[in-house]
Amino acid sequence: MLVILAGILLAAGLCIAGPQATNPVPSIFEPHSTPADSILDLSNFVLGITGLIFLVVATLLTYAVVKFRSKAGEAQREPAQVYGSTQIELAWTVIPILIVVVLFLATARVLHAIQDAPKPAAAVEVTAIGHQFWWEFRYPHLGVVTANELHIPVSDPAHPTPTFLKLLSADTDHSFWVPQLAGKTDLIPNRINETWVDPHRTGLFLGQCAQYCGTQHAKMLLRVSVETPEAFQAWVNAQKQPAIQDEKEAAGRRVFENTACVNCHAVGGTNATGRFGPDLTHLMSRATIAAGAAENTKENLRLWIQKPDAIKPGSLMPAMQLTDADLDALVRYLETLK
Amino acid sequence: MSSDAMVIRAAEASGKPWVETLHEWVTTVDHKRLGILYILYALVFLVIGGIEATIMRIQLMWPHNDFVSPQVFNRMFTMHGTTMIFFVAMPVLFGFANYLVPLMIGARDMAFPRLNAFSFWLTALGGFLLYFSFVGGSGLYGGGNAPDVGWWAYAPLTARAFSPGHSSDYWTIAVLVSGFGSIGTAINLIATIFSMRCPGMKLSRMPLMVWLNLVMSGMVLIVITPLSAAQIMLLVDRYLGGHFFDTQAGGSAAIWMHFFWIFGHPEVYILVIPCFAFMSEIIPVFSRKPIFGYPVMVGATVCIGFVSMSVWAHHMFSIGMSSYSNAFFTLTSMVVGVPTGIKIFNWLGTMWGGKLIFKTPMLFCIAFLFQFLIAGLTGIMLAVSPFDWQLTGSYFVVAHFHYVIVGGILFAVFAAFYYWYPKVSGRMLNESLGKLHFWLFVIGFHLTFDLMHIPGILGMPRRIYTYEPGRGWDTLNLLVTIGAFVQGIAVLVFVWNLVFSYFKGLRAGNDPWDAWTLEWSVSSPPPEYNFATIPTVASRRPLWDRKHPEDPDSRYE
Repeated sequence: MLVILAGILLAAGLCIAGPQATNPVPSIFEPHSTPADSILDLSNFVLGITGLIFLVVATLLTYAVVKFRSKAGEAQREPAQVYGSTQIELAWTVIPILIVVVLFLATARVLHAIQDAPKPAAAVEVTAIGHQFWWEFRYPHLGVVTANELHIPVSDPAHPTPTFLKLLSADTDHSFWVPQLAGKTDLIPNRINETWVDPHRTGLFLGQCAQYCGTQHAKMLLRVSVETPEAFQAWVNAQKQPAIQDEKEAAGRRVFENTACVNCHAVGGTNATGRFGPDLTHLMSRATIAAGAAENTKENLRLWIQKPDAIKPGSLMPAMQLTDADLDALVRYLETLK
Repeated sequence: MSSDAMVIRAAEASGKPWVETLHEWVTTVDHKRLGILYILYALVFLVIGGIEATIMRIQLMWPHNDFVSPQVFNRMFTMHGTTMIFFVAMPVLFGFANYLVPLMIGARDMAFPRLNAFSFWLTALGGFLLYFSFVGGSGLYGGGNAPDVGWWAYAPLTARAFSPGHSSDYWTIAVLVSGFGSIGTAINLIATIFSMRCPGMKLSRMPLMVWLNLVMSGMVLIVITPLSAAQIMLLVDRYLGGHFFDTQAGGSAAIWMHFFWIFGHPEVYILVIPCFAFMSEIIPVFSRKPIFGYPVMVGATVCIGFVSMSVWAHHMFSIGMSSYSNAFFTLTSMVVGVPTGIKIFNWLGTMWGGKLIFKTPMLFCIAFLFQFLIAGLTGIMLAVSPFDWQLTGSYFVVAHFHYVIVGGILFAVFAAFYYWYPKVSGRMLNESLGKLHFWLFVIGFHLTFDLMHIPGILGMPRRIYTYEPGRGWDTLNLLVTIGAFVQGIAVLVFVWNLVFSYFKGLRAGNDPWDAWTLEWSVSSPPPEYNFATIPTVASRRPLWDRKHPEDPDSRYE
């Protein structure tokens, strides 16, 4: 316990010591959103109480172990045979019950505050759909569809603009977890769940799928980019545009539209309307590919198309078996999808 | 293994050919032999499950390691979990119950010896089926080999769309079959305890070991049933077009979770209550005092039995239940901590004012008390549902339940080995090797599982075969793996001690610990049918009464 507490403090220290830029450690001890904040307050209270219980009981145990050891050379007499004591039993029954009452009331308050929070009119609504092994984000009121990298506005406590996420799944169970913003909520097929966040500062927040969902559960990563209202609006405006049609890369576009790519991927404004894989309309606006498994670079795109298993073995992206010429053309086309 | 050694030695002693001895063991209906078979079977699987754990820990030593593929890693954690719960923890505890309960209540065997053998061989078949999946799991589709759906096998990952081939079927049937075995043993223990007690052994005089196994058996009867029902429904879904859990056709994934955890949480208590039983037998003997508050201990256990059946959905706080459901399961989960706390206090009360003797069994008991205390307190944290939203599904929860299962249950089982080995084999386990085993295991355990809490707090989910560098998880994972190796070495020392002491250990005599329950009144190992004349008892500590006729317990009870 002491070791754990020390570790927790150390971890908290690591986070705080970091520069003001977003810390890559997604620690629950460095929250930046109301749900995560109130969970941390409650957690600190619970840690305090359990720490105290540990100190008391462990001290008693240690005392008993040291004090009542049988001494060598002592006469072989048995100690006094004590069978029990009703008063003592009552004491150590009633005190824990009181502690339980206190902990329960504290918990119920936070539960209500988070789960039953009203949705303000200014809230941004996002539908998050879990797929094996990536995230689909749809903004129904803004007409935006994207994948794996969620963009949301910062929420000023004076004029809150929280983001409410409706959580769905296209296949197996997943769980949405960005530790610094909120606790987990699962995405379960045939069921609608909801969670909300209201980040108090801009920056990049990391998370990942937290419910085992199949072979590549480990690389179903999640990035949340929290932006100023202006930057968010600019991002939305850019995302709403159909794909750029660069006639110089018509050859690559032909490869895309004449192979299996279109069965799974959509590119806005073209006849590629697949829903099985991420929407690629603004592929190049994303920092990563393969749900955060690799940086979005030319080399990685090429590798991902030709040999997905090299980046993410077991992902549902098939190896496309293209000729080098087609592959180069395709990658050049994808790079125009800004 | 020592099973072969035992068979060979028995053969030499009796001058019978070894085939005949083997035949005797395979066809035995003797509760002591079946108990030994259960325990040896569990030890074999303990080593297998340990190897699977080691493979996972090597893979996680550093980020982006490629020691095994994600497919293999997923099979490893599925097999590790299923093996350790169903084919190590359950059988080893049933083994001790089988061996000791009849001896402790002055009976000559279990109530239904043939059912006893049937139950063991069903469990054995279950373990065999689970591991046969490595060969037969691919089925006609070429999908997978061993199961890779996790030990709780959440729907719809087990649907045929996501789990082709037969690996999930092997998992389902292995668990189903071993569940029938468990139910058989539970019925047998209940019948034995209710109808085979010797004269004078009132319910209020039964050793706590017997009481606690009675409660455990009652729980097995109640909670294995929904698990078996769920397995059958899953098979119906997979092969007969059912839609219980088939979300593609309107089934419910959450229903599977409810079915699984209404088994799964009481299961933790099914495993830990027999360990409480070991504590309640061993701590008094090495404190030289009777158990403190016997009636309260019985009451608290029965209370745990009931309350633990109302806590299951604390495994599901993140699935989007209403705030009222979450509050209810928070409350029940905290309430179950109260009787559990009472037990810890009573063991402390037993030690208080005693003369503690630190033989190996007692060392394991004391470590158990500290570790189980911590496991209970992290359990309180997980019961606080908002805190749980952060902790569940992370390495924190993995650390927590290993604190229960290794720091609690396995330490208690080791204590039981050191305590009862002399009775079973007639020889003492070596004390020096025992202390080496203890200290190595304590160091390895804490290195692994104390540190494992922290990556969870830093956002590391469980069941991932690899992780990104730079998130503060790297060094911790390396240290956790080193701890796992230390534990592995400690287990090897233990196995060596079992074998070595069987041949070279000091002769134990009937009663090496100067203990008080009936099993110590017969020879070591006990004769066939245990008691030439059925004993009569007048108190909870019949051997105390015999050793202290001037001051018998019967005067105070």
